[in-house]
Amino acid sequence: MKPLQKPLARRQFLKTSGGVALFIGVSGILPQLWSCSDKRAVEKEVLKHRLTAWVQLTGDGRVIIYNPAAEMGQGSMTSLPVIFAEEMDADWDRVEVVFSPQVATIYGSDGWSTERKVMLSAGSRITSGYFNSMRKAGAQARYIMRHSAATHWDVPLSEVTTAPGRVLHPQSGRSLSFAQMVPLLQLPEALPEVADSDLKSPEDFRLIGKVVPRTDIPSKVDGSARFAIDLQLPGMRYAVLERGAMHGASPTLENREAILAMEGVLKVVLLEHAVGVLATRLEQALEAKKAMKISWAPSMANGFNSQDTFKEYEVMAGNPQAGRVLVETGNFKAAMGSAAKTYSADFLNDYVYHAQMEPLNAVVQVAEDLLSARVWVGSQQGFDEKLGVPQLLGIAPENVTIELQYLGGGFGRRSMTDFVTECAGMAREVPGTPVKLLWTREDDIRYGAFRPLSLQRLQACTDTHGKLTGFSHCIVGDGGNLVASGIRNEHYDIPNQFAEWREATHGIRLKHWRSVGHGPNKFAIECMIDEIAAGEGRDPVDFRRQLMAISPRALATLEKAAEMARWGGAVPDGRARGVAFLERSGTLSTGICEISVDRASGLIRVHRFWNALDAGIVVQPDNVKAQMEGGILMGISSVLKEQVTIEGGKVQQSNFNDYPILRMQEVPESVETALIASGEPPQGVGESGTPLVAGAIANAFFSLTGKRLRHLPFTPARVLEALKS
Amino acid sequence: MPMPVYTLHINGETRTAEVPGGTSLLWVIREHLGLMGTKYGCGIAQCGACTLHVDGDPVRACVLSVEQASKGQKIVTIEGLSTDGRHPVQKAWIEAQAPQCGYCQSGQIMQAVALLQTTPHPTRDEIKRYMNGNLCRCGTYLRILEAIEIASGRMDTQSGSS
Repeated sequence: MKPLQKPLARRQFLKTSGGVALFIGVSGILPQLWSCSDKRAVEKEVLKHRLTAWVQLTGDGRVIIYNPAAEMGQGSMTSLPVIFAEEMDADWDRVEVVFSPQVATIYGSDGWSTERKVMLSAGSRITSGYFNSMRKAGAQARYIMRHSAATHWDVPLSEVTTAPGRVLHPQSGRSLSFAQMVPLLQLPEALPEVADSDLKSPEDFRLIGKVVPRTDIPSKVDGSARFAIDLQLPGMRYAVLERGAMHGASPTLENREAILAMEGVLKVVLLEHAVGVLATRLEQALEAKKAMKISWAPSMANGFNSQDTFKEYEVMAGNPQAGRVLVETGNFKAAMGSAAKTYSADFLNDYVYHAQMEPLNAVVQVAEDLLSARVWVGSQQGFDEKLGVPQLLGIAPENVTIELQYLGGGFGRRSMTDFVTECAGMAREVPGTPVKLLWTREDDIRYGAFRPLSLQRLQACTDTHGKLTGFSHCIVGDGGNLVASGIRNEHYDIPNQFAEWREATHGIRLKHWRSVGHGPNKFAIECMIDEIAAGEGRDPVDFRRQLMAISPRALATLEKAAEMARWGGAVPDGRARGVAFLERSGTLSTGICEISVDRASGLIRVHRFWNALDAGIVVQPDNVKAQMEGGILMGISSVLKEQVTIEGGKVQQSNFNDYPILRMQEVPESVETALIASGEPPQGVGESGTPLVAGAIANAFFSLTGKRLRHLPFTPARVLEALKS
Repeated sequence: MPMPVYTLHINGETRTAEVPGGTSLLWVIREHLGLMGTKYGCGIAQCGACTLHVDGDPVRACVLSVEQASKGQKIVTIEGLSTDGRHPVQKAWIEAQAPQCGYCQSGQIMQAVALLQTTPHPTRDEIKRYMNGNLCRCGTYLRILEAIEIASGRMDTQSGSS
């Protein structure tokens, strides 16, 4: 490590030229990952927490590490602290993890923007976004431990080393635990900058890449894990809203007086999109909601019928005028002109709903003077780290404190802040009183924000050698990147490619849904590749093998998955296999599934699923496998069962009885995952499983029946229709 | 209008709640009694997140009214399953690293304990059938299966939940 020039006083905030800063407190260390332009913000944070931004050492030997990311089941409460502890050489058995404060200037990741740091748990970007910074901060902390011990023992720094949880001077045989170091901690005269060469070599990792049990799991098996919905504060009141079933419709409450007269009702609040009620008890609020008589002024969604819209989309896709061009390499039209064979197919998908198990909720307390607020929420955070509350209340962002809680599922829904600002709006009505806002499951579905419905028109061509020379992808649908993500084919050798998006708008609320556009787009692409392979008389794996010649890492996932599934080997009677490949958030993965079909009922059953992925360095291998298992099961659920329909502008589904998701009896016999060893930087994993499923199932269905499934979800009715075609 | 007072036997304690008749047991144990381990997921007995034991049977608290549950029955919630989170099923859940977001897991565990109390060595199909009413959106089903298989047979030596 290179020493910096500037001497530093104890308890002084530091900033290095490399942008890594540390603060040392009375009995602890405050490393700060990136440069912070506002020193006072850091100092204020330090005062609030006494010691540290990233780690706190206690006299009894605990190492408390702050996790800046949301924990929604993806494992950030373990993976980020593991990275830090690895470089600090902390004893993992003494590590405790808590959520960091929601202050992006200190705890944000620079993975989202070059302009500023952002706290946002989305897009599978947490591990990749924090990996280097967490390592460097951990290494800084270790340096300070060594420096302090060297000073205490009066020996050269170079002679001081560490073992897990200890500082050692091997030459004299002396050692001190991190706990014993607490009163001895002091800042070096010059703060080191951590170079990559100062970090541990991957072969020395004892935490990264090893099986470390998740820190949040014990509290999730004894009922003590706290989600925002579990908050109970003295004097807390309850809020529920009636939003109707038409997105954007405006309410008029016809029986305001009667509602106000109901037991426990404190206030009725008219919002643009809903009528809110505040009551002393939850059951009173729910009763009042049920009793509301509301007339709705229709919105843009009025009259919209989701299942009729595909016809319009077909017409739009046929318009000679191109939409917004997303990809253009080579000359697709020329390739089509000289093609030996051409292919064309439309793929459709319906709206799907997040169905996170914890319905949306929040608790907000607005101060009596209306100048500050506290918010307890399970949120995926956001570009606005204060989740829209300052703007709503017209107060300064620093006067809003966000207390992040565990998320009972996110899947993209909790990166929206509608439920947070609703709660703040209700809490403002009773200043000083904490208010818990609850969405019922019916609210959660009806006023959901869905993965958009879309149509994909794919065209492709091959030359006389059967080589894929041109590929074109036209998406018709609402939502910009929500429908466009996953449209690129960078790991397939296709010289002429074209992709475009044609916009439709219906006034239906839309949002990122686990893997975003990759779900529908990879479905369409992987089915088309399969159709071309079949058209050229090629085996689907062999055909992809040739296409992946330009991408050895992608090819390795294909080869591994094929090996795991014994592709080409015997398949049990009545079953068949299908393959799909994708890139999502930097991770490459190939999936192969084995299915059967009940030809009488139209029910598809997935028996087995194999997948191989290259996600770069894997911090928590067992957790990556868990993410793939869960992602694939969520994929199976959405592909076989899930469908939101809209009639006359109104959402038709309202609970798990009419929006069924995958149940225990429908799970495959096994989901097997292989992780391909890599020294490359970590990539995102949480969304790599889900979008593999549609293509793999549809391709297996073709192999089994000779028929193509081209409309998600593959409900029994659609399967029967395909079988009859 | 004075509200009726209901007496509930929960986790070995006697608790009272002053709520309107017809209030769901789920709201009573969560919002009135503060036992937050039992979760709200759907309110119509479709997801199983609110599963608890009434006289040893797994029941969906969301569709049970407070008066139905205050007739002297013994109610056990996840908080009453063990004093230290060391029930064999809970230990197996940790071993299998089953939870992801964790929200449905109290209900899953209560359902699994009820299964193993009556069928200590269930087959895979029996497990799947018995657990079919408990939804998990994170898709942890395969690890729940594994956890139940780990716990299967370890129940004989523990004190039981109700």
